[in-house]
Amino acid sequence: MSGVMKRMGMIFRAKANKALDRAEDPRETLDYSYQKQLELLQKVRRGVADVATSRKRLELQLNQLQNQSTKLEDQGRKALALGREDLAREALSRRAALQQQVTDLETQHQTLQGEEEKLTLAAQRLQAKVDAFRTKKETIKATYTAAQAQTRIGEAFSGISEEMGDVGMAIQRAEDKTAQLQARAGAIDELLASGALDDQSGLAKDDIQSELDRLSGGTDVELELQRMKAELAGGSPQQAIEGGTGQSTSQSQPRDTPRFDKQ
Amino acid sequence: MIVRIMGEGQVRLDDSHLTELNKLDDELLAEMESGDEAGFRRTLTTLLDQVRHLGVSLPDDALEPSDLILPSPDATLEEVRAMLTDEGLIPG
Repeated sequence: MSGVMKRMGMIFRAKANKALDRAEDPRETLDYSYQKQLELLQKVRRGVADVATSRKRLELQLNQLQNQSTKLEDQGRKALALGREDLAREALSRRAALQQQVTDLETQHQTLQGEEEKLTLAAQRLQAKVDAFRTKKETIKATYTAAQAQTRIGEAFSGISEEMGDVGMAIQRAEDKTAQLQARAGAIDELLASGALDDQSGLAKDDIQSELDRLSGGTDVELELQRMKAELAGGSPQQAIEGGTGQSTSQSQPRDTPRFDKQ
Repeated sequence: MIVRIMGEGQVRLDDSHLTELNKLDDELLAEMESGDEAGFRRTLTTLLDQVRHLGVSLPDDALEPSDLILPSPDATLEEVRAMLTDEGLIPG
């Protein structure tokens, strides 16, 4: 096993594959991921809304403080006009305290405004990323579906070709079997003919009987031939046959009448 | 090839750099196995710097499977060793 990065990669892949194997459909995983991103985007948007609300509240408070400040200034002026410097001093000191609050709130307002702008930008960027992911997700899903269909088609094709292969094999086997049977039949015939095998059908004859048959068969042909010759010569076939059987009673047979001796 | 630096993201690297990175990677493995924490830290930093320097960062929303994975820069020797046990990175 080599370096750290390869080993980590292998472990990661093995684990990821295991995790993916467990997932019923990667398209669902993508949809789930997209859902999570949308939730995140929703959170960011909610954050933007919260900051904006706080900013609005600060603005309202600032307005109120400004109004109070103006009111205290007026009261101070009036007090002075009425010769009540003590009241005027009180009004102005309260106004000064309010002004301090106003300054603090303005700083907070600026900070919130900056925060809001940043969050709005982040939300926009995230929105763009989520949109891009959605497009990519749909592409991947489409590719996956296409790949799945392609695999199914491929499987169907390979299934067909396998079946064809099976048919081919069956034909081959049948041909082999036929050839084998033919060879076997030929061999049996030879063996029967040579007498090495007994014919269980009872039709076979021993070699002596075969020879006798052959000889008698030949004689029958000779006999037939002689009878035909006698017919042509005008003699009675009956006689000839009779003669052929060795029971000749006629002496008027032509000279060339063959002898019907059995050979 | 795509190299992931854990906690940082992915980097696209030309295969031609693999030989020099492999040397560092093997060194890192040896240091991890011998328990040389200082050496491990030094080599990991060098290796990560090299990967960052030689590679081009992939955008965060890229969906590319990683060919190689490197521990995060702050990973300890023990953490990496634990990752490489039979249990792997994700338990179960």
